[in-house]
Amino acid sequence: MTGQPLPPPDAPIAGQGDAKGTSPGPTTLRPARPRWRETLGLLARNPTAAVASVVLLLIVVLAVFDDTFAPEGANEISVTDRLQSPSWSHPFGTDDLGRDILSRVILGASVSLKVGFLAVGFALVAGTLIGLLAGYYGRWVDDVLMRVMDMLFAFPAVLLAIAVLAVRGPGSGNTALAIGIVYTPIFARVTRASVLGVREEVYVRASRSVGASDWRILTRHILPNAAPPIIVQTSISLAFAVLAEAALSFLGLGTQPPNPSWGLMLAEGRGYIELAWWLAFFPGMAIFLTVLCFNLLGDGLRDALDPRQRTLMAGGGR
Amino acid sequence: MNAVTAVDASDVLVSVRGLEVHFPVRGEGIRKKGAGVLRAVDGVDLDILRGETLGLVGESGCGKSTLGNAVLRLIPPTGGSIDFAGTDVTSVGGKGLRELRRRAGMVFQDPFASLDPRRTVAQTVSEPLEVHGLRSGKRERAARVGELLELVGLDPAVAGRYPHEFSGGQRQRVGIARALAGEPDFLVCDEAIASLDVSVQAQVLNLLRRLQKQLGLTLLFISHDLSAVRHISDRIAVMYLGRIVEIGPASAVGSDPQMPYTQALLSAVPVPHPALERQRQRVVLRGDVPSPAAVPSGCRFRTRCPYVFEPCDDVDPALQPAGAPGQLAACHLHGVVGTPVERTPEGVPAEP
Repeated sequence: MTGQPLPPPDAPIAGQGDAKGTSPGPTTLRPARPRWRETLGLLARNPTAAVASVVLLLIVVLAVFDDTFAPEGANEISVTDRLQSPSWSHPFGTDDLGRDILSRVILGASVSLKVGFLAVGFALVAGTLIGLLAGYYGRWVDDVLMRVMDMLFAFPAVLLAIAVLAVRGPGSGNTALAIGIVYTPIFARVTRASVLGVREEVYVRASRSVGASDWRILTRHILPNAAPPIIVQTSISLAFAVLAEAALSFLGLGTQPPNPSWGLMLAEGRGYIELAWWLAFFPGMAIFLTVLCFNLLGDGLRDALDPRQRTLMAGGGR
Repeated sequence: MNAVTAVDASDVLVSVRGLEVHFPVRGEGIRKKGAGVLRAVDGVDLDILRGETLGLVGESGCGKSTLGNAVLRLIPPTGGSIDFAGTDVTSVGGKGLRELRRRAGMVFQDPFASLDPRRTVAQTVSEPLEVHGLRSGKRERAARVGELLELVGLDPAVAGRYPHEFSGGQRQRVGIARALAGEPDFLVCDEAIASLDVSVQAQVLNLLRRLQKQLGLTLLFISHDLSAVRHISDRIAVMYLGRIVEIGPASAVGSDPQMPYTQALLSAVPVPHPALERQRQRVVLRGDVPSPAAVPSGCRFRTRCPYVFEPCDDVDPALQPAGAPGQLAACHLHGVVGTPVERTPEGVPAEP
């Protein structure tokens, strides 16, 4: 097919043999190793992020199978066991109604995390879509969308959430919606800023030069390259959403008693802080641990998603 | 102006007439509008013949890249017309635009920026195949990607790798493979070798030449590197401040330029021979290129031309035959031809 012998490729390709026996076979369109597996592998090399992920996984498992793990029901009242300090029978102690705090913390995890995930999921989808459109199309699309986001941003977050809850009434679902609306502008801004940078990349113009449509450019080139800050923001927002749920429940607008929720338990335990510290301490620690882990995971993800770090770390830290 | 169309129309693949790309210049602060226009490309007539390599040279900022991008409609032209293979593509959209972009590819300057870092070589090269539905089925596309990689001198086995695993020269080969995937007739090489090492430049230049012969491509080779352009081109066009000021066969423009600007450009190319290099007469231009936001009246080169004389600020020179057959130059030294500058009663040149 070729007239003259082809010059050999310029140099041996860096990274050859790194991929642990995945010698390149016949031409395929897919990379040798799926990207998400590579990301997980890189994450595992970062001790802080690895520990955070394991702890989060434990918390999520606890939350999903809360009925199995909780030794008692959330509202099993025992008048004789009121305000017991931590002991073998009640590792986290009991509250003023004799309910087991450990059970309530475990059962509250599912409420807190469900609200967190729902809220961030809503904000992620809505905010990313808005940010993508605003950043890519610019001009009036950008102006209109981002001014609306600015208006949402101008409200203090908790006040806006309270307003949403005041309209729709308290409860877990509405709490998630309220927090989701509050966080949408953050995702929109992060996405837009990221898209503005990626939009001007030569490879976007190159893709356009071969005839790719806007939709294809947005989904195949801009979103993947703009994603790292969004993923990091997701992890950090999960932390804040758990906090926000706690705050709203603390204010009596989120989860309603007697359902367990970390924020609500914190609020209820507040009055006994000098008498029985464990009422507020353990839900507080649960919030602290979850928020910390989401933040650490976010940091780890940011490093693992950086394509430049990829070769460095995949090459065994050369 | 018709001097440019001296060739048989059926041989012309790309025909550009009076092409203008003007960018609005935003003023500072409150006065955002009406601060003027930047004439990046300002009335270019150009015919690119089927199967030829046309070298386009000029200083940085003369509009040569803008011209190349405008021909592929990557930058919207503000005036003039572009014909591709007999079809007016100046304002086509949708299907027509997609077809233009299949039949005309582009190789970009910086191979480190022009490949999506999150997509494998195979994904990058197969994008045109997917966009234009040229190969149905994953296996057929993969096979085609392998062929394309082989065509540009890469091992098809590297298809699953990411761009950061490659050297600059290899990346540029990937970029060329992508540009060729749609089986184009026409390739715009926008400073395609400028960011490569000198040793790799020669390899990529020879690759482009081989591909051009092998696939019967028409090339628009944009570069500021005159020796590279002389090496690869059949014809050379010289651009200055948004206009083509000289065009002709590569041998003629490269050895006997008819426009003072081309003479100055050529005299700046070093000769790889010590004795000849010492004898080399240099035409050193005064000053800088004027801003394309404030183009001089008449001949736009007059502010720096060593031979400037009477009609230069009054008449905007048109391309006219000068020197060898097929060679055209926009210079009054070969006879005053062109559009007189309209003047207001005070003698100030009116805005064109």
